[in-house]
Amino acid sequence: MSDVVRLEYRNVTMRFAAASAKGLTAVQGVSFCVRDGEVVSLIGPSGCGKSTLLNIGSGLYTPSAGEAFVDGERVEGPNAHVAFMLQKDLLLPWRTVLENVMFGVEIQRLALPERKRRAHALLENLNLAEFAGHYPHQLSGGMRQRVALARTLAVDPSVLLLDEPFSAVDAQTRMVLQRELAQTLKRAGKTALLITHDLLEAVTLSDRVLVMSRRPGRIIDEISVELPQRDDPIARRQAPRVNEYVARLMDRLDIGHAGQDAVGASA
Amino acid sequence: MNGNSSLVRRGTAVSVALLVVVLAAWQWGPGLLGIPVFIIPPLSAVFDEFLRMLAVSGLMTHTGVTAIEVIAGFVLGSLLGAFFGYVLGMSPTAEFALSPYILALQIAFFPVMVNVLTAIRTVDPDLVNLARAFTATRAQIFWKIEFPASLPPLFAGLRIASTLAVVGVVVGELVGGNVGLGYLLAFGEGQANTAMVFVAIFMLTVVGGIAYLAVILAEQRVLHYLPRRALRGV
Repeated sequence: MSDVVRLEYRNVTMRFAAASAKGLTAVQGVSFCVRDGEVVSLIGPSGCGKSTLLNIGSGLYTPSAGEAFVDGERVEGPNAHVAFMLQKDLLLPWRTVLENVMFGVEIQRLALPERKRRAHALLENLNLAEFAGHYPHQLSGGMRQRVALARTLAVDPSVLLLDEPFSAVDAQTRMVLQRELAQTLKRAGKTALLITHDLLEAVTLSDRVLVMSRRPGRIIDEISVELPQRDDPIARRQAPRVNEYVARLMDRLDIGHAGQDAVGASA
Repeated sequence: MNGNSSLVRRGTAVSVALLVVVLAAWQWGPGLLGIPVFIIPPLSAVFDEFLRMLAVSGLMTHTGVTAIEVIAGFVLGSLLGAFFGYVLGMSPTAEFALSPYILALQIAFFPVMVNVLTAIRTVDPDLVNLARAFTATRAQIFWKIEFPASLPPLFAGLRIASTLAVVGVVVGELVGGNVGLGYLLAFGEGQANTAMVFVAIFMLTVVGGIAYLAVILAEQRVLHYLPRRALRGV
């Protein structure tokens, strides 16, 4: 991990014109950076503006105030430095697995041989090589999500923005996918911002965890996860200190206190 | 499909039995109920008329003319419908400005246009955002997302359009002209030749059925990626 900053939010505020007269402030004055090779998780109550931050980072939203930077460049709109992955796999049903993985690089107009080379290499890495010719409906939920990960990695982004990528798959599959993601990120030295509701996922996958308040979302805590083996979340689960981190996060999110339901069970 | 062969066999047997019952009811039912021949001619009379028209009245010529009109109307109407569906789907202003005029143009055009329009409007916005995040241009979003996503509803519209095209053509032939199955329909009625009317209706059913079948075959070719049901519905 170097000191190069890959992703930075500088005093970002986002207001939406809502039906109610006042409008709605989703996030307020958020500043943080993610350094090269770092994996940072963002947790917070439902509706605290986590996904808004991600959309700002990918250039889909323009913040009402403040700015986002990727690779030192101000984000003015969608750009090839970032790629995102959502809870929904968003695979195109009319494309085979291979064609889905090539979707991003095709839009970015890479030459066909290079597209194919990258897609095949990624499918190989994610143990999907034999399914290259299948259609998405022929795959399980976990496999579809792996294809989505391959599609995200195929454009070789500097920063991956992951919005609850595994919350729609079953618990066992999720652990396997988490490990694959962790290994892939480590191997490729990728930088990632991960949004999650799963406190254990945040602790086991990240170098740092940022805690957001309820709306309007602000960063209220930052926790460095001082655990070895960031590339093996399953091993990390065994580490005794994991519980301390999770307990601290629960405390910061007011979980378990009377009258609070700070973290929504679902997205 | 494996495992379905007994179902297919049973289904076919029931279909054939049903056809036999209907044909028998047509042949002997009206007589038993005392319905005059000029209202419902029995099957055998219609068949005799069919053979007579084949030999004397140029039935195949009339059928051919109608079939060509159906194909032309269907192709033109559908193309126009799809075109306007895409244009209106992408521009709410255009929809507002053009809708009153389009409502006046119905038949084959309409179901295609409505289906395409709805399909474009209901494309998952996250899919479009995904493409945009990959720096897709407007044209790329259309050709790589919106157009392929609109194909299943487009074909549903084409199925309806293929049968409505027959209706449109017949209405046209009934009103004017001296050729086509619609003309034979009106002519037979004028002559009190109910058997001729039935023959015309039968041939119209055949033309409509073939048009519908052609759409289904094209659909299975284009939408091959959709999960197959156990029995391919028609």
